Amino acid sequence: MAFAFDLALVLLTVAVAAWTIALRDGFAAVVAFVVYGALLALAWVRLGAIDVALTEAAIGAGLTGALLIGAAAAVRRATRTALPEQRPDLGTRTLAAVLCAAVAGSIAAGVLLLPEPAPSLAADAARHLDATGLGNPVTAVLIAYRATDTLLEKVVLVLAIAGVWSFAPDGVWGGRPGPAPAASQPGALLLLARVLPPVGVVVGAYVLWAGADHPGGAFQGGTILAAMVLLVVMAGLADVPRIGSRALRAMVLAGPMVFLAVGFAGVVIADAFLAYPVPYAKPIILAIEIVLTLSIAATLALLLAGPPERDAAPARPGQ
Amino acid sequence: MTEFLFGGALAVLLTVALGLVRILRGPGDADRMMAAQLLGTGGIAVLLLLGAAVGDPAVVDVALTLALLAAFASIAFVKGAAK
Amino acid sequence: MSALADAFTVVAIALGVVFFLAGSVGLLRFPDALTRLHALTKADNLGLGLVVLGLAAQAGSVLGALKLLAVWVLVLVAGATVARLIARAAHEPERGA
Repeated sequence: MAFAFDLALVLLTVAVAAWTIALRDGFAAVVAFVVYGALLALAWVRLGAIDVALTEAAIGAGLTGALLIGAAAAVRRATRTALPEQRPDLGTRTLAAVLCAAVAGSIAAGVLLLPEPAPSLAADAARHLDATGLGNPVTAVLIAYRATDTLLEKVVLVLAIAGVWSFAPDGVWGGRPGPAPAASQPGALLLLARVLPPVGVVVGAYVLWAGADHPGGAFQGGTILAAMVLLVVMAGLADVPRIGSRALRAMVLAGPMVFLAVGFAGVVIADAFLAYPVPYAKPIILAIEIVLTLSIAATLALLLAGPPERDAAPARPGQ
Repeated sequence: MTEFLFGGALAVLLTVALGLVRILRGPGDADRMMAAQLLGTGGIAVLLLLGAAVGDPAVVDVALTLALLAAFASIAFVKGAAK
Repeated sequence: MSALADAFTVVAIALGVVFFLAGSVGLLRFPDALTRLHALTKADNLGLGLVVLGLAAQAGSVLGALKLLAVWVLVLVAGATVARLIARAAHEPERGA
């Protein structure tokens, strides 16, 4: 019966993926893409990768969906007023299809042609878990064994924010992203934006904390927090902060900076960049993760908010 | 019981997949949003069933995350459709 | 006792699946957006609720069962609110929500 379920899931995922590409209407395609993300989360659970499933559910089904729907809505606005909708020509589409097929084929070949049993460092990772004080090997890999990679990823997030902000028109640099919230929002939305964020903050903090010994971690927790912040902003309960604010920028930078500071301290204290002295490994890891979660939440929320569109004067929050 | 739980997960998956036709046909944005909402709830049910079938309590966390983020995505859809 | 719990789980989950099916069929066959929304919320509330009840009987600990119920309550609150907003979007598309 497990095989029947897996088979159905695989067929459904492929069908929805094909459907997403085939749909003409941007809005419908984004909805199908979010559905595809949710199905992928199910697939990750079946493969035993719960941490990845958490990230897929949070980013793939949630944040990416919101990001794309903003894009689809902008395309719709433009199409209605001025530009006719244009599909790329046949040559471009064929090239895109060939490239996608090549990437998918290489990944499939890589997985299917692995020797039996596949080479794996899982045993080594498990053996050294005690030194890190963690129980979840995925978190140990992310924050301890391969901490340099994680640090670089967080720096990439900062670069991404800088890139998004670089789209600001000259006159509104330092201003607020997005249009001013409409004065009257539906009561149901206001209710949800008051009820859900406290729950979301608790769940986000829980996912971060549980990441030490169970699936979870800083990235998933930060994503949940970002979604809650965005919910409050979408309901007009609070205006987006202006991007020129130093406090905001400090929050975005705090995560990578703390990570970097710990890294350099490791050179002095423990003989290598990003090495943790063994007795203090777990507190250091937790401290890094907590600051990282806040930074990730701020960065992801700002990435979704987009470049500034209006000047720094605050809009009156809706009631 | 494990077999039954997998069977339940399969049944929910298939019935929810039926509703996905609405994304293709639905004459309005609201219909498409509803199909996504149905899949969100169905996905949560499937996750809970899978978690019980395999005996992994961490899967409930994935369901919790999906519940929160699906609500967030639905709000984003409603706002995007209203423009 | 365990046999009773198992029987309850089987019945509850089977009923839950029936409600999910009803939700899907309603979504496909009902004539307009609002009636489809009505069918959808039945799947949200009762379909998931019955599945959660059935699984709670199998949960190893009280905390585990409470966590399952918490997921259901979250989906209920969010689902009801989103249903209201979708209904608005279906009927008042000109208003900038």
